[in-house]
Amino acid sequence: MNINTTKIISLLFFIFSAFYLYTAYQIQVFAFDENAPFNARTFPIYLGYAGLFFSGLKLILPDPNTIKVEHRTLEYKKTALLIVIAIIYGATILKVGYFLTTSLFLFASYYFLGERRWILMFLLSFPFVAGFMYLLHGVLEIYLRDPFLKSIGVMG
Amino acid sequence: MTEGILIGLTTALSFQNIFMVMIGCFFGTIIGMLPGLGPMTAIALMIPITYGFDPATGLILMAGVYYGAVFGGSTSSILLNAPGVPGTVATSFDGYPMAQQGKAGKALAIAAWSSFAGGTLSAIYLLFMAPSLSKVSLSFRSPDYFALMILGLTAIAAFSSKGQFLKAMMMVVLGLMLASVGQDSLSDITRFTFDNMNLTDGISFVLVVMSTFAMSEALTIILKRNDPTAAAKQVSLTELGSIRINKEERGKMYRTIPRSSVIGFLIGVLPGAGATIASFLAYGMERNLVKDEEKEKFGKGSVNGLSAPETANNAACSGSFVPMLTLGIPGSGTTAVMLGALLGFGIQPGPRLYMTNPEIFWSVIMSMYIGMVILLILNLPLIPYIARILAVPKNYLIPLILFFSITGIYVMSFNNFDIYLMIGIAVVATFLRLYDFPMPPLILAFVLGGLMEENLRRSLLLSNGSWEFLWDRTLTVCILVTTILIVLWHIYKTFTKK
Repeated sequence: MNINTTKIISLLFFIFSAFYLYTAYQIQVFAFDENAPFNARTFPIYLGYAGLFFSGLKLILPDPNTIKVEHRTLEYKKTALLIVIAIIYGATILKVGYFLTTSLFLFASYYFLGERRWILMFLLSFPFVAGFMYLLHGVLEIYLRDPFLKSIGVMG
Repeated sequence: MTEGILIGLTTALSFQNIFMVMIGCFFGTIIGMLPGLGPMTAIALMIPITYGFDPATGLILMAGVYYGAVFGGSTSSILLNAPGVPGTVATSFDGYPMAQQGKAGKALAIAAWSSFAGGTLSAIYLLFMAPSLSKVSLSFRSPDYFALMILGLTAIAAFSSKGQFLKAMMMVVLGLMLASVGQDSLSDITRFTFDNMNLTDGISFVLVVMSTFAMSEALTIILKRNDPTAAAKQVSLTELGSIRINKEERGKMYRTIPRSSVIGFLIGVLPGAGATIASFLAYGMERNLVKDEEKEKFGKGSVNGLSAPETANNAACSGSFVPMLTLGIPGSGTTAVMLGALLGFGIQPGPRLYMTNPEIFWSVIMSMYIGMVILLILNLPLIPYIARILAVPKNYLIPLILFFSITGIYVMSFNNFDIYLMIGIAVVATFLRLYDFPMPPLILAFVLGGLMEENLRRSLLLSNGSWEFLWDRTLTVCILVTTILIVLWHIYKTFTKK
């Protein structure tokens, strides 16, 4: 059997399905439902077996269309940076508020992707987010929590 | 019936109602373009306004918003690969690649014309068949629905390239597994939440679609050093926004539209099925019906591949009005909101609605057609300007896609856990995409997961745990035989074609 990344992904999916199946068997059902033809764990159990079946087949059968990815050509650094910025954005949005975090997220993303036109970067972050926020909050009446704007008295 | 149609036409063509359709289409398009805000939200936002009008006008306004939002959703699917509603996921399969080739205006125009044709044809079907179709839709039982879901998932064969069938099936199972997270719909028992309260309500569709499509697309572009605006830079802004469809492309659309509108309308009529299954089935069917040469273009910007789901999803929108108006059973989440509004007006939908309130029944049907015309008139001139989004440099476009994706999730839950979950799913999806694991089967399975479990539950409970329900009814057997034939056809094609 030729080992390639697709096979490794299939193996991981096989392990994941086994874990899913184990967890499915652990789902607590009501006592009167235990022997019912269908209860909360029935469908997940079928899914667990289906996952084992298909990933098992993918593992065993030959893979004529092997996908080769040139890892050296991939841009891991910028991708990882964007993911980190998004995580920081998620971590701060509730505490700081939508306006400041979103504007800073956009500004930082432009910067890390190589943009250096500061005025354009600014216009497409702070005023852009303010306009979008007005559309959501002011026009469509979708409440957006913003402690920062509240602290400076812009939002009630 | 003729009298009813004339009453409906007179009501729908009044100045006030035409104006309402225009307003509805315009706002619907704008709201539909924003990820996370689909037709359901758009209509819900309109309900307080509609109570100021008579019921016919209120419903006409909501129908306009509905069509506008569906078209708006297609726009974000085509330009940004960010389908905000399940019904427009299949539109992105060929719409997005076409836009990437510098034909954004053409892709949007094909979508607009297909939507128009699909909506128009289905309004005609609705006009003549609504009362009798309600009986057909009632003949579907749980086993038939379950078989229909299996058929829908088999359509994934259409999305998997040669030799990728098992990968597609693994994605189907993963999609169903994701859909099983959260409370069981009947017993309220929590499953796969690992005591995390944020997962009790399950994972939202918008989160899954935004992470596997929009966000993972943005990450893949950065990772592979691609430039989504490269093709747009090669052509002039006029060419990018050009809405000209040549004779050959029109010929393809002429063949695709009628069959996709029929399948879309019929699926839309079934309560609970809706635009998503319709668009996926139409896409799958179209891929099987076209010549081998055209089949190769599917997923790479095929005209047929774009026209089929767009026609079907709009036809299904009209079809979903049949069970709502004639039976009082909403065919989709959106029509459920409209049903609520209808009840708020003091109108009881049912088989006698078109006799007791003909002006409402027929004016809604008539306004659908008028809505289609107005949607086209409003949107076609705007396409060249909307298409220019793709002329935005990559350094700005990628952060903006991420921004719309994250905001779409945030405004739905105001919860940062969803943002983390979205990033996590997007990272896994990006990795899987590198190795050609297709995402559309995952999305379809995720959408169908809840319905599939529900119908399997009912079928098994009714048959006392026996799987005999699969061959007890002729309709179920017919659907399952079709499914088996599709699988066998694909296996045959795999082994006979080089």
